[in-house]
Amino acid sequence: MNLLGKLTWSAIPFDQPIVMAATAMMVLTVVSVLAFVTWKGYWPYLWEEWLTSVDHKRIGVMYIVLALIMLLRGFSDAIMMRAQQAVAAGGAQGYLPPEHFDQVFSAHGTIMIFFMAMPFVIGLMNFVVPLQLGVRDMAFPTLNSVALWLTASGILLTNISLAIGEFAKTGWVAYPPLSELEFSPGVGVDYYLWALQISGVGTLMTGINFVATILKTRAPGMGYMRMPVFCWTALASNLLIVAAFPILTATFAMLLLDRYLGFHFFSTDAGGNAMMYVNLFWVWGHPEVYILILPAFGIFSEVIATFSGKPLFGYRSMVAATMVICVLSFLVWLHHFFTMGASANVNGFFGVMTMVIAVPTGVKVFNWLFTMYGGRVRFTVPVLWSIGFMVTFVIGGMTGVLMAVPPADFQLHNSLFLVAHFHNVIIGGVLFGVMAGYNYWFPKAFGFKLDERWGIASFWCWLVGFYIAFMPLYVLGLMGMTRRMQHYDNLAWQPWLLAAAVGVVIIMAGIACQIIQLVVSIRSRERLRAGGDPWNGRTLEWSTASPPPAWNFAVLPKVAEIDAYWSWKQRAQPAREPTQARDYKAIEAPKNTPTGFVTAFFAVVTGFALIWHIWWMAALGAIGAFATLLAFAFRDQEEIEIPAVQVARFDLAHQVEIAR
Amino acid sequence: MNIAVAIDDVDRQALPPASEAGPAPKRIVVAYGFWIFLLSDIVMFAALFAAYAVLRNATAGGPTGAQLFNQGSVAIETACLLASSYTCGLMSLAVNARNREATYLFAGITFVLGAVFLGLEIREFAGMIAADAAPQRSAFLSAFFTLVGCHGLHVSAGLIWLAVMMAQVELKGFRATVKRRLLCFSLFWHALDIIWVWLFTVVYLMGAAA
Repeated sequence: MNLLGKLTWSAIPFDQPIVMAATAMMVLTVVSVLAFVTWKGYWPYLWEEWLTSVDHKRIGVMYIVLALIMLLRGFSDAIMMRAQQAVAAGGAQGYLPPEHFDQVFSAHGTIMIFFMAMPFVIGLMNFVVPLQLGVRDMAFPTLNSVALWLTASGILLTNISLAIGEFAKTGWVAYPPLSELEFSPGVGVDYYLWALQISGVGTLMTGINFVATILKTRAPGMGYMRMPVFCWTALASNLLIVAAFPILTATFAMLLLDRYLGFHFFSTDAGGNAMMYVNLFWVWGHPEVYILILPAFGIFSEVIATFSGKPLFGYRSMVAATMVICVLSFLVWLHHFFTMGASANVNGFFGVMTMVIAVPTGVKVFNWLFTMYGGRVRFTVPVLWSIGFMVTFVIGGMTGVLMAVPPADFQLHNSLFLVAHFHNVIIGGVLFGVMAGYNYWFPKAFGFKLDERWGIASFWCWLVGFYIAFMPLYVLGLMGMTRRMQHYDNLAWQPWLLAAAVGVVIIMAGIACQIIQLVVSIRSRERLRAGGDPWNGRTLEWSTASPPPAWNFAVLPKVAEIDAYWSWKQRAQPAREPTQARDYKAIEAPKNTPTGFVTAFFAVVTGFALIWHIWWMAALGAIGAFATLLAFAFRDQEEIEIPAVQVARFDLAHQVEIAR
Repeated sequence: MNIAVAIDDVDRQALPPASEAGPAPKRIVVAYGFWIFLLSDIVMFAALFAAYAVLRNATAGGPTGAQLFNQGSVAIETACLLASSYTCGLMSLAVNARNREATYLFAGITFVLGAVFLGLEIREFAGMIAADAAPQRSAFLSAFFTLVGCHGLHVSAGLIWLAVMMAQVELKGFRATVKRRLLCFSLFWHALDIIWVWLFTVVYLMGAAA
């Protein structure tokens, strides 16, 4: 028996210069970051204040850091694909061989959905939701930390696949029978499956945590119809996580059983049914779209209301629209494969439902427009992203409704028209949303604003770059170009693909501007210093200091209406809740714990071992994770007490700052 | 019963609506969060049930459920699991009374009943595999082993959990954390019963009829 399973030196692709260069860069970056941290002696600080932190704000920030790094990784895949398709016309084969190109588009989709968009959205929710609810933490702080680190485990495994072995060549959906062992004998699909199973467990934990937090821990007086809209959208999104992610887990488990133990769920023989995978995948997959976009809708609602200086138009209809989308999102999955060959009635039902789900979305767009109407709109960076979203997302929505018509979809299925459509809604919706949120809440997290000029430059590069990169893909789709082509013979497509490549370069400039924005802002943070309420905000997160103390609120706020903080300010009371002489009490805060980090370490060990069939190591990893859980369960001290004096000192200083 | 009386005694005007009462106590939050987890777990089973429903006739020329299932053994399994839910309930009462001996006794009975259930299930599986009805034989058998096996894995996890909890009761006594965890355990154990009732109906009863 081989002690290292399938793992040999040949797993490292020494013969592929592009992969080795990327690997070298990745390793170099990681090593230099580690060296820097060691050299500066930051380890104790990092370990005690961040890696073991159970504070929802720190966890939120770490999620967003992961998401930003993965944005770079996923985007470099995008550049490679656009460059390949720009040159590989006629007889030319471009610079990426098919087996590499296939890994690039699979990794791009997987990373952007699971490891960029999800952590970004979850990070923003983590940071904002407890503050908006006026409470001190999530319902389950340690679970939150475990969830973060399991997500990081999935990310790590996906990136290890670059250096050791390969990634899936099946596209980010990994449809069988292609993803079965018979047709994908390598470890690529296993990397995909285990990375997503591990991070999926983390996501499910997050979903449970948020539902419990939002439904059971809100500040006194905050009834459901007084919650900020972002909290409502976070609730809807997490309800969808709880209801949809277990389906993905079950589906991937079946595929794993097929691959590892020779089961026949989706195989071509012995009665397996590959279309069942496709159905189950999209029963998760379509709600997933709304898991991502609903919080983005919430961000836009907060941004538009704040910077228009008005309450959100149609709060109740916004809440209703959110919850209607939440339910309907489970009734449209079949539109991802009208071509499966279901009966006309089935296709008709799902086509109609798809059109119906556009209605509540339309309601939302009008609500935002009417909020701005008659308002004194301040055109800050978050507002630019929001307006860019409204225009772009409506276009993407309309192409979506077009494809909801089954006969039209038969023509457009798997063409670049589809690729253009979902990038139009995911970039124009989710990405613009998280960028608006990033600029909007950054001062709350760090106490200083992001530089406005670089922010504006970044927005325009992204917006213009997006249109130049993706509008040509609609044309190409109508011209008949299918997705995921490593090369093509039709020379008439090439000019459009060249244009798309130019668009990607412009987006790259936008990303560069964002990096510069961050660096410039950190360097001139004294000039950009922001108080607790830099935007004249409406919701409770702006009532506390920036950055907020570990306990968020010295005294839990009492809420009597929507936009609680705004109404306190309107009543010209000293910019806070009614202040009687405050009675400060000691606060019990959850104790930091390395449980999450250590569990994730063992999860990576187990995942890696399973991918390479190193069974003894998988067993060790699983035992390690279980032992970590036991150690946590048997700890004696669960909370630390923050003395009343410390709380009082901080809060009084904050009040002095407000008075100034 | 006494809870209802207590609420009736309070002047309703004085209480804010439950949704405006501020953060719920830890015990409520934990149990609520665990309910949400159980719902997600049931969704996962729903996916496995769906797969089973799709594949139940895909026997690929191999044995069918009617040929394989031994109703007698399954009836004993069911009886064990339902009885273990009852003793689990008795354990919860003992925990509330902070009675260690009764807790250990009923936890022990629950454990034994769960272990007997698992033993019978493993015997059934082993028998099927020996009779050329392994999960690799057909899609129907893949779905059967996965669905029933997933429930069995849950029961195994429950047994480990129960053992750990008894160690906690012994070492830490009935402190708040331990009591919350025992509450979650009993929710979990009862939920496994609910899933088994569906499983028994859909797989064994309907399978035997087909």
